[in-house]
Amino acid sequence: MESKPKTDLSTEKVIEIRNLNKAFGDYRVLESASLDLHKGENLVVLGKSGTGKSVLIKIIVGLLSPDSGHVNVLGQSIETISYADLLELRLRVGFSFQNSALYDSMTVRDNLEFPLVRNRRDMGRKEVDALVEEMLEAVGLLQAINQMPSELSGGQRKRIGIARTLMLKPEIMLYDEPTAGLDPITSKEINKLINDVQARYHTSAIIITHDLTCAKEVGNRVAMLVERRFDRQGTFDDIFNAGDAQAQPFFDYNFIR
Amino acid sequence: MGVMNQESNQNQTPSRFGRAFIALYNVFNFIGRFFKEAFLPPYEFKELMKQCYEIGYRSALLISTTGFITGLVFTKQSRPSLSEFGATSWLPSLVGIALLRTLAPLLTGLIAAGKVGSSIGAELGSMKVSEQIDAMEVSATNPFKFLVATRVLAATITMPILTFYTAMVGMLGALLNVSVNEGTSATTFFQSALESITFLDIIASTIKAILFGFTIAIVGCYQGYNSSKGTEGVGKAANSAVVTAMFLIFIEEVICVQIFSLFNS
Repeated sequence: MESKPKTDLSTEKVIEIRNLNKAFGDYRVLESASLDLHKGENLVVLGKSGTGKSVLIKIIVGLLSPDSGHVNVLGQSIETISYADLLELRLRVGFSFQNSALYDSMTVRDNLEFPLVRNRRDMGRKEVDALVEEMLEAVGLLQAINQMPSELSGGQRKRIGIARTLMLKPEIMLYDEPTAGLDPITSKEINKLINDVQARYHTSAIIITHDLTCAKEVGNRVAMLVERRFDRQGTFDDIFNAGDAQAQPFFDYNFIR
Repeated sequence: MGVMNQESNQNQTPSRFGRAFIALYNVFNFIGRFFKEAFLPPYEFKELMKQCYEIGYRSALLISTTGFITGLVFTKQSRPSLSEFGATSWLPSLVGIALLRTLAPLLTGLIAAGKVGSSIGAELGSMKVSEQIDAMEVSATNPFKFLVATRVLAATITMPILTFYTAMVGMLGALLNVSVNEGTSATTFFQSALESITFLDIIASTIKAILFGFTIAIVGCYQGYNSSKGTEGVGKAANSAVVTAMFLIFIEEVICVQIFSLFNS
């Protein structure tokens, strides 16, 4: 399995996180966490379940508020952003949910159209249809256009979720556990799709996962969330060849060593 | 930060009084947000029409059955008392006033609280726990406008229609009983029933129906929109939506009766 090329760290930062703190009651999730996402890179965030990986990306899109610290997304400071500006920012940041979060009562077509018809009111019917078809083709599920989400498999739902996120042509993609609950073959297909999205739409992405195969296949860079911080950052090989006592069990478990 | 979720409330553990105050604040905030979002563009006409169909048309069969039986039974139960005074000819007036002033709005409200309130609470609750509401939020769409504003407006619009429909079907039930027992014709029955109904009765009924519709939908939406803890939370949201809406409907009925009796006297 080949690792992906390293990120050029001199490129522009599209997300900048500094000294981020977040707690739920007495349970501290993030503590002085700092992280950057560079333009065009796929950054994998690794960590055990319940350590705050999803909290991080929910803060980035304004679904959760940080207790303190600084989060800058595409030049906008999340702590002080107005609701109108947040909506504008969300058009540029796509979020793919762990469970896909497809709208149960709508067909695949309606799911994909939903963000588009509400945010691109200038688009005509033909343009909307063309874009829906383009995105479904990009994820290889054009034949599912009139199906209901309940008729789709887990892998198909993930693909449709990603297609829906791509409808607004975001500059940044946030993937929450894209391969969770999928078999290895479907996981591989999703990994390929994430790489295709990066190549085709020139997105920068944060991929939250605890699947090391996914991390190695899609990540230009890896940041490991250990004890509420991202102290370990680098390429996949940098982190897992260093013999780090915190990282090694992860590696051993995933690759059955 | 006003634009974020109210999850920051979870960071402290307030006292019971504090929790009640926060809950009350959240309810009023929710209602205030409805008035802010519902009447400002962009409008969700397609979803509004869909909800009117779901809430109005889909409740019609249940309401028809209940209204008809209520009219029939109410007339049957009232006859012995009136016949003691030889006043059975007053039955159409009695039924007309009872149905329009109280039975139709209250009955429709209670049925809608059970059918519509639980369905809204469960639907929004399940959307909340499966992150569908968050998905709308992050795709720069306003889920409140799409989910809450449309449902509350639809219930507020359709409830008066359903209430007058219940009253009409109830009158048909009463007519069946009266014509079988007294041989009264439909024309005489309706003439007699409608003569006793005043304009104030119609206004009062309409206002109550609007109020009940708004209450049922806003309670259902609030419970669903704020549900948590997975499927258990969805069940609780649906249950609370029904119980709270029914309780509030009775309170509102008492208040409305007091207010409208001032105009009647």
